[in-house]
Amino acid sequence: MTVAVAAPAPAPTAEDHILRIEHVTKRFGGLVAVDDVSFDVKRGEVFALIGPNGAGKTTLFNSITGIFPPTEGRVVFEGRDIAGAKPHQAAALGIARTFQNIRLFEYMSALDNVRVGQHCRTNSKLWDSLFKTPHERKEEVAITERATELLEFVGIEKHAENYARNLAYGQQRRLEIARALATRPHLLLLDEPAAGFTPQEKVELMRLVDKILAEGITVFLIEHDMKVVMGISRNIAVLDHGELIALGPPEVIRKDQRVIEAYLGKGA
Amino acid sequence: MRIWRLVRKIWETDPRVDPNPLVYAILTLAAILYPVWAQVSTGGQGDFLISVLADAGVYILLAIGLNVVVGFAGLLDLGYAAFFAIGAYTYAFLASDHLVVTPLQEAVHLPFWIVLFIGLFVAAAFGLILGAPTLRLRGDYLAIVTLGFGEIVPRVFKNLSVWTSGVNGISALDKPVLPVWLNGPWSGDPLEVVQNFKIISPMAFYVVMVLLLGICVVLVNNLRRSRVGRAWMAVREDEVAAAAMGVNTVRIKLLAFAIGAAFSGFAGSFYGAKLSLVSPENFGFSVSITILVMIVLGGMGNIPGVIIGSLLIYGITFLFLPALPPLAEEWATNIGLGGLVPPNGDWPGIGQEMQRLKFLIFGAILVLTMLLRPQGLIPSRVRQQELRKGVQEDMTIEDVNAETTA
Repeated sequence: MTVAVAAPAPAPTAEDHILRIEHVTKRFGGLVAVDDVSFDVKRGEVFALIGPNGAGKTTLFNSITGIFPPTEGRVVFEGRDIAGAKPHQAAALGIARTFQNIRLFEYMSALDNVRVGQHCRTNSKLWDSLFKTPHERKEEVAITERATELLEFVGIEKHAENYARNLAYGQQRRLEIARALATRPHLLLLDEPAAGFTPQEKVELMRLVDKILAEGITVFLIEHDMKVVMGISRNIAVLDHGELIALGPPEVIRKDQRVIEAYLGKGA
Repeated sequence: MRIWRLVRKIWETDPRVDPNPLVYAILTLAAILYPVWAQVSTGGQGDFLISVLADAGVYILLAIGLNVVVGFAGLLDLGYAAFFAIGAYTYAFLASDHLVVTPLQEAVHLPFWIVLFIGLFVAAAFGLILGAPTLRLRGDYLAIVTLGFGEIVPRVFKNLSVWTSGVNGISALDKPVLPVWLNGPWSGDPLEVVQNFKIISPMAFYVVMVLLLGICVVLVNNLRRSRVGRAWMAVREDEVAAAAMGVNTVRIKLLAFAIGAAFSGFAGSFYGAKLSLVSPENFGFSVSITILVMIVLGGMGNIPGVIIGSLLIYGITFLFLPALPPLAEEWATNIGLGGLVPPNGDWPGIGQEMQRLKFLIFGAILVLTMLLRPQGLIPSRVRQQELRKGVQEDMTIEDVNAETTA
């Protein structure tokens, strides 16, 4: 099944970078969480960001999505510097994300969660909502239809009417992805999507990522599970103590001495 | 018997039964039958009873508005009465001779229904003015700031006596007039369309109030099931996630605040017009808290619950408690304790004693209700789930313990 998930994107070319991180630094007081990191994410690829706990991966995600704007440096998304943009502006531009600790709207149904995801792609005003204008009615029908499609896309359509918090853990992760896709992103950031998954669920997740990719969405993920990372990503960036220590395709990263040291300690 | 079973299911908050349609039906029926009952049961002297319910309607309006702010968007507003005051004073300024004695020296008499909307917009504007700098605050901090605002506004009206006559308030406000009205059996007249209808009789106020309430309930329900309503709930559930989904959280919270304020201003104008008098004493902190109690007790987030809660609290505070001293004297006499009625030494007499215990009794009623029914009288499905989930989680822990010890 194909769903028109993303707005039509230009055909990928060799040098088409959807996201460029240029010398991004994030300081919290004296703590340097991300230190002068630069790399590019190509349109249409799966890019992975890995590193030990506390390496600054999620902070970098937060800098990209506007939750904590970077202290220094540029975040160039589709040719535009978006460093300092607000989270809702980033979403409107086409960056969607999931969260490391699932952040669903717990006391809203799964369907409503995905409906909220379409907020920035719909435009009913207060007036329309108050008086149920024909425009609003039409939009509501479309919103519900699309939300149902997206729930089918991630495979949890049976739970549409359940409260998000009553879903099983794996279903919650999937619902978060569906909600993110509802914003019609060009770039999808997944923060540890396979955390706590069984091997079977990990395989299913990798299949879902492939399906998302097939819709023309670039996937940028943080992940600890090396099987998942090595299995699906085209390029990998490795952070350690806020610094970029390696960058390249999986086969290069696998053999990189600094990466091995960062993960296993020196002398390994 | 089937109805009885349905009622029981609703009371036990069976998730498969939605009580709202039934509650709406009962409320509509009650609104129609109430004036008839009031007149018949008192032998035609029911104007007072009808007037009381029209006053209660003002509080229902307020509660529905506050429910948008607190129940939908999850913003705790403790100064809600401020907007009520702003609406009432707007009516006082724009529909009385009062401005003659102010530096303006010129009376303004705008028609009632126009001032209703002006009151609405003025209050909404103040909602925006208060909200813009403060809605960046979260939770408790917002509550404190709104509390401050709620204290400031009545004080300003009290001390700006050049404009507001201070503690004396503004009296002799214009009686509301509607451009067109339909007379009929309900007002004891033949069916006809009248122009420039003066709303004077309690019955007319009652009918206007019921109509306004009906419209407001429909509009708020529309909002709840819309893009805007969902965004409010998303912000209530998780602000960071809502922002990441493209919801402009500051704007959506401002909107909730402004709409809540608009309701309050609207209710305030109506209140001023009905009472024909506004004074800073009517808009204190206790009003804000009473409205908050109404929505929490009725079932936060659920409009029928909020209406029932408002009626109940209004009944208790404005009817039951004032009537308590004479009632207590009557009961005491009836059960043979007539000796308690007159004062005797340190004993002030049971009537006086009840007068003193009034608020203690009110508090006890609130505590009891919340203990017996923490989710509110007619809760929204969300609140039911929250509380049930808590119970289930406790049970699972117990189960696990039982298994490990076994």
